[in-house]
Amino acid sequence: MIPLSWILTFSAALFGIGLFGVLSRKNAIAILMGIELMLNAVNVNLVAFWRYRTPENIAGQVFAVIVFAVAAAEVAVGLALFISVYRLRNTVSADEIDLLKW
Amino acid sequence: MTIETLIWLIPLPPLLAFFFIILFAHRSNRFSHSIAVGAALLSWLGSMIVFFTAIQVEHLGEHPFVSQIPWLPLGDTWFEIGVQIDPLSAVTLFFVAWTVLMIFLYSVGYHNFGQPKGEHDRPGLPPHGAAVTDVHSHTHQVPSIEPMYARFFAFIGLFAFGMYTLVISDNLLTLFVGWEIMGLCSYLLIGFWYGKTSARAAMIKAFMTTRVGDVFMLLGIVYLYSETGTLNYREIFYNPETLQHLAETSSGFLGLSIAGLIGILLFIGTVGKSAQWPLHVWLPDAMEGPTPVSAMIHAATMVSAGVYLVIRIFPILSAGMEHGEPTTAMTVVAFIGTFTALFAATIAVAQNDIKRVLAYSTISQLGYMVAAVGIGAYVAATFHLFTHAFFKALLFLGSGSVIHGMEHGILHTGKHIDPNDMYNMGGLRKKLPLTFLTFLIGGFALAGFPIVTSGFWSKDEILADAFGHGHLVVFLVLALSALITAFYTMRQISLTFFGAPRTKEAEHAVESKWTMTMPLVILAVFAISAGWIGLPAWITAGALPNWFHEFVGGTLLEHPEAVEVNIIPVLTSMVVALGGLGLGAWVYRNVQAGESDPLEKALGPLHKLLKNKYYFDELYNFLFVRPAYWMAAVFTSVWMDRKVIDGILHWFAYITGVIGNSLRDYFDKPVVNGFGDFVGESTKRIGVWFRAIQTGRIQQYMILALISMVFFSVVFYYFFFLVP
Repeated sequence: MIPLSWILTFSAALFGIGLFGVLSRKNAIAILMGIELMLNAVNVNLVAFWRYRTPENIAGQVFAVIVFAVAAAEVAVGLALFISVYRLRNTVSADEIDLLKW
Repeated sequence: MTIETLIWLIPLPPLLAFFFIILFAHRSNRFSHSIAVGAALLSWLGSMIVFFTAIQVEHLGEHPFVSQIPWLPLGDTWFEIGVQIDPLSAVTLFFVAWTVLMIFLYSVGYHNFGQPKGEHDRPGLPPHGAAVTDVHSHTHQVPSIEPMYARFFAFIGLFAFGMYTLVISDNLLTLFVGWEIMGLCSYLLIGFWYGKTSARAAMIKAFMTTRVGDVFMLLGIVYLYSETGTLNYREIFYNPETLQHLAETSSGFLGLSIAGLIGILLFIGTVGKSAQWPLHVWLPDAMEGPTPVSAMIHAATMVSAGVYLVIRIFPILSAGMEHGEPTTAMTVVAFIGTFTALFAATIAVAQNDIKRVLAYSTISQLGYMVAAVGIGAYVAATFHLFTHAFFKALLFLGSGSVIHGMEHGILHTGKHIDPNDMYNMGGLRKKLPLTFLTFLIGGFALAGFPIVTSGFWSKDEILADAFGHGHLVVFLVLALSALITAFYTMRQISLTFFGAPRTKEAEHAVESKWTMTMPLVILAVFAISAGWIGLPAWITAGALPNWFHEFVGGTLLEHPEAVEVNIIPVLTSMVVALGGLGLGAWVYRNVQAGESDPLEKALGPLHKLLKNKYYFDELYNFLFVRPAYWMAAVFTSVWMDRKVIDGILHWFAYITGVIGNSLRDYFDKPVVNGFGDFVGESTKRIGVWFRAIQTGRIQQYMILALISMVFFSVVFYYFFFLVP
């Protein structure tokens, strides 16, 4: 069986890619995709720990399913927001959506 | 129903009538006067039953009708109020009931019931008359109904309640309550035509003047209560130990005994109510009210109440009397009474207003009664009170009838002359025959026309008492006043009824209606017959005792002795009465229109002095009214209120302002505001600093979050894993 550390390393790499995407990309859709990557890295961690530590207990899988649901809801809301923003400002560049600044 | 219950009920009907008229019946004149006269009739009926039961009781004075109820809880006892009918209150009840009923009945006619409403009549002014067109389309001026007809009956109802309450009371407190109710009613009734300035002034004058007396009277009552612990007549006036205690203890005031001081204080109440000198000034002005009110105040009720009180408190006045020597209090009473009798009689000589003459004669006659009490002639005072009530009510109602007749004449001619002025009258005997006859009887009774009239017997008894007990000065002064009384009475009768009419109005005067003349006739009967119940025993050579003396004398603990028969006082009263009447008839036998008073030439400046009532109004105006105004306007308003009180207030305001300003400048602004501003400013500055990082770029925020998280993670790791 693949050692747990490999899987953890993979998920950490996935998380790092997602984080980089979130911080570096200008396009809001891409930022959203980065967030999805980070969420999935977390899911990989959750499932891996369940499998290697407490396989008799179903809690880890349930946790992962809840994260999926949250991620799906987040995408739905996020995309709707971006569509709305695009209609108003004709852009989805994160740098230009700065109405909250002072 | 026991007789005691009936006594309780006597004052009730007029009170109920008052409330009923005020609350419900005042829209209907007929209904209102029916209720008022009906109530007076009920009270009259009750009074008659009580009176006739009372005179059949042997020794009523020792065993009066008494009923008490506990009224006011006082610690562990009760203040009891109740009713009492002894001989004195029984005879008072008798004449009050009769005169009140007659006055109620008379008022119906006097206020022109059944006449149309006047076009120009206003509430608060006497009716001016109404124009009526008859079938031949001639327009006549006829008398119009009083605009406040129902209100008048409500007021006199309350007035009657006050008097009945006063008479049946068995203690000084409820007597005082009735007394004050009458004070209020006299105020309301004197000012009944409140649209007239003079009526307003008179009502205030009457109220204020009697108030002076009432305050002293209340002091007397309070003193009496604090000394004896009771105000009940039986327990004070008919209790020898109490009286002796009061008479022998010194009050520490001018060397008077307690009884003397209390007696004088209570007597001042009488001075105010019965208009004795020096508080007599209100009574002549009270003539501003409607004539039934004058009769009510001057004959039946209010002024009688004062004399009733002084007769009632006679045991206290005379407490400590030995061997017929009058006490100090009695001397004071006798002096005031005698002086007033002469003083008022002289003023009456020079008055031209028909009602004012009667007003002064009332003061004078009340002076007689008070003087009689002062010399110890208790029964004679009561007797004169009794007869005077009838003939003076008769005279007032008669003068009202004369004025009414004159007003008819004035409506006929349309000129504005004073209907009260006797110099505008003359020859009215033909126009007003019934009024003339009854007025003549009343006038003769007032003058003391010998043998036939009641006034002769009562006045004679006072004179006989004064002579028999050796009060020679009192006797002579009263005899002189009797002469003057007879003189001005004849002057009045001559000027009003005899001779030829002096004005066109007098020619067109007409006789009053039956509601006015019937009371006159009834009262005239009493004006003659009321004297018969007190005929001295010598008239019948001792066959018949003096019933009145026996009956009323029984009120006192010691039955007063009737004075010895003496021919001098009897002759004196005959001579002064006939002499005065004859002199009056002779002087005023033929006064022509426009002629001045024959006395004016005879008396010269003295006449002017009398006409102006010895300038007492001016004196009081100078001594009391103007200082009071000065006190109010200058002292209280300007000096006290604006200077002193406002000054203190302004000073306080100034000081408070100074303190406030310095607090603001040295504490509020630097400390409180400074701290607040510092917090606000600091917050603002910090905000400005931190504003720089709020770029609005989401990725910058996230980088910051990442950096912070890494930083805190490192710190966390260091402190929780490396350090331990």
